[in-house]
Amino acid sequence: MSATEKAAPAGVPSLDVDPFSTEFFEDPHAIHDVLREAGPVVWLDKWGVYGVARYAEVHAVLNDPLTFCSSRGVGLSDFAKEKPWRPQSIILEADPPAHTRTRAVLNQVLSATAMKPLRGHFTALAEAKVDELLSRGSFDAITELAEAYPLSVFPDALGLKQEGREHLLPYASLVFNAFGPPNQLRQEAIERSAPHQAYVAEQCQRENLAPGGFGACIHARADAGDITHEEAPLLVRSLLSAGLDTTVYGIGAAVYSLARFPEQLAKLRSDPTLARNAFEEAIRFESPVQTFFRTTTREVELGGHTIGEDEKILMFLGAANRDPRRWENPDRYDITRRTSGHVGFGSGIHMCVGQLVARLEGEVMLAAIARKVGSIEITGPVKRRYNNTLRGLESLPITISPA
Amino acid sequence: MPSITFIHPDSRRQQIEAGDGESAMQAATRNDVSGILAECGGNAMCATCHVYVDEDWLSRLPPMGDDEDALLDGAAAERRANSRLSCQIKLDADLDGLVLNLPDRQL
Repeated sequence: MSATEKAAPAGVPSLDVDPFSTEFFEDPHAIHDVLREAGPVVWLDKWGVYGVARYAEVHAVLNDPLTFCSSRGVGLSDFAKEKPWRPQSIILEADPPAHTRTRAVLNQVLSATAMKPLRGHFTALAEAKVDELLSRGSFDAITELAEAYPLSVFPDALGLKQEGREHLLPYASLVFNAFGPPNQLRQEAIERSAPHQAYVAEQCQRENLAPGGFGACIHARADAGDITHEEAPLLVRSLLSAGLDTTVYGIGAAVYSLARFPEQLAKLRSDPTLARNAFEEAIRFESPVQTFFRTTTREVELGGHTIGEDEKILMFLGAANRDPRRWENPDRYDITRRTSGHVGFGSGIHMCVGQLVARLEGEVMLAAIARKVGSIEITGPVKRRYNNTLRGLESLPITISPA
Repeated sequence: MPSITFIHPDSRRQQIEAGDGESAMQAATRNDVSGILAECGGNAMCATCHVYVDEDWLSRLPPMGDDEDALLDGAAAERRANSRLSCQIKLDADLDGLVLNLPDRQL
């Protein structure tokens, strides 16, 4: 783990916090506050990068993709200087106009229109899961609910074979650790990556994807000429990378929030139509995806500072989502809050392309809880999981009672 | 700076100032116009920024793309001849005075 030699730019507040350390993962909120209050733009001495933690600047960076580009990687590693650890993503790690074409394909495959036929099945499985958990009473909400439910719906929706699905969560964890700096989390994840990468590369091939699933739909778009047959597997890979673990963390965040704010659970029970917004608010409140980087393509003014070309900037999405300049009572989980504009799914052209799948899973699970569960009680030690990008729990022991 | 007016289902009129180059959806969310949900943030994926365009303005808007057309079929509120997604209406000086009616629901 090598810290950088790069000196802090004049006039920019320099901080020595490491946003990729265990201490930070355990309690980011106090440090987020320090980062926000230090100034609109800060310098992170440990890794030699700029940082933005206020809503206005995070939003501005996300919405100027030509100045703050993604094609040089959305992690710390600059693809202009370092070979990517895996073949570069043709959507996440791409800029317009290349990005526009690939994004259009996934936009359609994962649009509201595509979600409609899935809703009934997703709802039935959410209700069956909650019934099963109610009959058990006490269980770990992370493995038995937050992981189990997305695993029961998403791989099938994608069209994956049954065999080998145990690689899915480790692969996603690897991808999100790899956006971080060369710390132990990243190094170990990459060292152990070979079997997971081999599995994923294989599943992206057309013959391994069931007809009617998201994967087959992507390959069909290659037949239509919208993308090439070489590009289709790489777009399927994006769904395997970012389509599962994120919803695991999102649903985990929602259940953890409802467990800590019983009056919000009561509100949800009295009006189950709040389920979709209760999930959305959990995404703002916990920000399962905490950070992403961009790289400057030119000299640019940001927050009163001049930032040079070729600089990495770390965006603290979680800090922006609790910036008191933008949110009233930001540290309160409030399921009736107007959540529009939160950056938990990002913002602009790279805003999470799987967001409607995530919302569907989150909504139907919270609606099932609203109708069937009377109370949620945390009954054991809550353990945090450490990842360079994702924020969530390793273990959440709870007891639930029927409504 | 075009000025646009949203008419809520209860007939309340809300006039807002939009920035040049902003979409009607962006101007609405920035000004906290309830009734524009805009879940997908302008990526033309969700149809939760559905509006009914005032008849006088309809022909002055840019034509609808295939994505928008398909999404409007699945909009929560009834699709009408003057239905558009506000994220696809880019505002400029020519659209100063635009009037958009809000549907009763977006989900």
